[in-house]
Amino acid sequence: MEQNNTSNSTTYFLIENVLKNQTGEYQPEVQQQLNLLLRRHLTKPVIYIGTGTCGIAAGANATLEAAKQYLKKHQADADIVEVGCVGLCSAEPLLDFQAPGKTRVSFKKVTADKVEAILEECFHNHISGADVLGQVVNDLHEPWEGVPNIQEISFFKKQHRILLYDCGEISPSSLDEYIARDGYKAFYKTLMNYPPGEVCNIIETSGLRGRGGAGFPTAVKWNNVRLAASDQKYVICNADESDPGAYMDRALVEGNPFRLIEGLSIAAYAIGSSKAYIYIRTEYQLAVQRLNAALDLAKQYGFLGENIFNSGFNLQIFLREGPGAFVCGEETALIKSLEGRRGMPRTKPPYPHEKGLFGKPTVVNNVETLTNIPLILNKGPHWFKNKGTKTSSGTKLFALTGDTVNTGLVEVPFGITLQEIIYDIGGGIKNNRELKAVQIGGPSGSLLPVQKLDLKIDYLVFEELNLIMGSGGMVVMDDQRCIIDMVKYFINFLQHESCGKCIPCREGINRMYEILKMITTRPSATDGHEGLSRFQGVMQLENLARVIKETSLCGLGKTAPNPVLSALEWFREEFEEHVFERKCRAHVCKNLRSFVINPDRCTGCLVCLKKCPENAIIGSARKPHYIIREKCTDCGICYDVCRFSAIDII
Amino acid sequence: MLEIEAILQKYQNRDRENLLPLLLEIQREIGHLSQKVILSVAAHLKIPSSKVYAVASFYDQFRFQPKSKYRILICNGTGCHIEGATQLLEEFNKQLGVENPADNRKELFNIEMVQCLGACGSAPVVKVNDVFYTNVNIDMIPEIIAAIKAKEEI
Repeated sequence: MEQNNTSNSTTYFLIENVLKNQTGEYQPEVQQQLNLLLRRHLTKPVIYIGTGTCGIAAGANATLEAAKQYLKKHQADADIVEVGCVGLCSAEPLLDFQAPGKTRVSFKKVTADKVEAILEECFHNHISGADVLGQVVNDLHEPWEGVPNIQEISFFKKQHRILLYDCGEISPSSLDEYIARDGYKAFYKTLMNYPPGEVCNIIETSGLRGRGGAGFPTAVKWNNVRLAASDQKYVICNADESDPGAYMDRALVEGNPFRLIEGLSIAAYAIGSSKAYIYIRTEYQLAVQRLNAALDLAKQYGFLGENIFNSGFNLQIFLREGPGAFVCGEETALIKSLEGRRGMPRTKPPYPHEKGLFGKPTVVNNVETLTNIPLILNKGPHWFKNKGTKTSSGTKLFALTGDTVNTGLVEVPFGITLQEIIYDIGGGIKNNRELKAVQIGGPSGSLLPVQKLDLKIDYLVFEELNLIMGSGGMVVMDDQRCIIDMVKYFINFLQHESCGKCIPCREGINRMYEILKMITTRPSATDGHEGLSRFQGVMQLENLARVIKETSLCGLGKTAPNPVLSALEWFREEFEEHVFERKCRAHVCKNLRSFVINPDRCTGCLVCLKKCPENAIIGSARKPHYIIREKCTDCGICYDVCRFSAIDII
Repeated sequence: MLEIEAILQKYQNRDRENLLPLLLEIQREIGHLSQKVILSVAAHLKIPSSKVYAVASFYDQFRFQPKSKYRILICNGTGCHIEGATQLLEEFNKQLGVENPADNRKELFNIEMVQCLGACGSAPVVKVNDVFYTNVNIDMIPEIIAAIKAKEEI
């Protein structure tokens, strides 16, 4: 209780002296308080542990427990702060250590068993280096010797982190820390100084486009609803991030939920809405918990509710969990889901800005879009406009996954090329393999070949090439991956997620999946027509893709054929190989593999012969074996059991 | 049934928009949506039970059968897929002796392929109840199964 009181008084102190101070110059006692909260000045060491979902998956909870045990055992005095993700998922779990007067050092892959040794070194002022990632060099603190500057590490060097800058530093459950980092200043400034129209103008000047995928100018959306006549308007934050392989929104919410709430509050004010919703997928339980806690704090300190800052503006924010439907990322489907119905898209017009949630004018914005809002108002629209390119301002988050050396969440300015993201930030391809393809834009995005590496990330460039940016999934594939298998995977995902309303999408995607399945299966010898239908399949695929694209209602159907079309454009020879030669060059399509025994390497150990369920292998001890083609069902058991790598896949 | 009543009482506002939050909360409490649950939610919100079921069955996260004690979730996000999630599924089915992959719901455990769990940096990922296993390869599967068996003393 006592602690609660001190925390209360700190927050009110900060609201009065920091949040409401628009000059940026503080009294010495305020500055002192700020230095503590910003951890510029420490009284005792701080241990930061990244406990976002990806950190926890890599074992951060055990690391946290081990750190607590260490402090207890050695009676060392230090604060432990649980923070969100810094983005470098391949190095999780991350543990940072900051001693008073010294810079903060990050350690990578700190599993529980390494904690003792690392903390022991830290507390004795000596870092030997094996697990060190880098240190945050600044003017205030004394650097550690022999520790690289984290900003100079290739993963961070080309990034431009304006949205992520405090993820991994700020405690996602401390409103005080957020206020100390200029949190809620933009909201206060907006309520005090700008009429709603002015806020829309500022956003228009900044050139912010919606980050959900289509890249629609945010200010246009807002103005449409602001100017609509209605007794009630709504703003919805779309956090239903269901693309497989994308987790930008989750990381933003887990890292700092307050900024999203502030952005949403400003959006509500700008369009004249008193009720806002956050629709987040229920699988993101940690993000849900952190948002709930953040909303409670915001209410407690009067940033939500009636007559906020005596401005006469009222706002309630409701958190709603989406129970798992990819199509609910589409705005009309999301609105249906919020109304308690099946999440099926409807025809537009009427657009949500005319008839949205409960028939009232509604704005639907993505998490990343809204998180940009407080920054634009704090630093000015021109600051934002100057980042990125002329046609796309600001930065974009990408979830870089797949076969790069570094995987994780990256934030880059628009105008950067794929080459730079994959090779400079991602560190190139794992195990020195060759890059084969990059998939951008989620499951309904496009597969791009190596020739397209100089592609610039920019909404206009993408539009001209008929590509979609999507929300930010970027999957890198090396030469061991099969393109057809990848396309099959995406199409399977989409046919599962199709809501079933329009026939071209419901039946068409399903048919595409069947064709792809057929191409990747060995034809049974008994059916004479199968060879013919395999051949027809590829031709049908192209036609089907066009029909589905043209005749579907919503974004899901319209973009679903993208993976097929782009793969046919760039990787046609692989399709042909599958169809005509019945061969998968990456050996991924299991049904198309055949096995032969290499007589030079076979030692005649009899293991494969005994294990073969079809008795298709003949031979005797210490003499090379042989596989009878006609009997072999290509199950691959012999390949798995051979200890001498004597079985080749052809 | 008492738990369901208690949750229903919390939702005095009987608007249709409460349907999904209500179903989610009940499922969190008792693990799945039984026929009884569907009927009582329908009665509470005064909408036909067919509509309640229609909405619930649209979304992936609702279950209509009791959940097993151990849920083995194999992530099939893009990252995990290219790192071999399908092989993991086959191997789990093989090692746990499940003949028909479609009918693997047993009282003790079930094996499911699920949408992205959001840990793509450490793909492929397997989650058994609340425990995450990252960078899983086929050799690790006996270990994961042994951990379940040790708890159950089989």
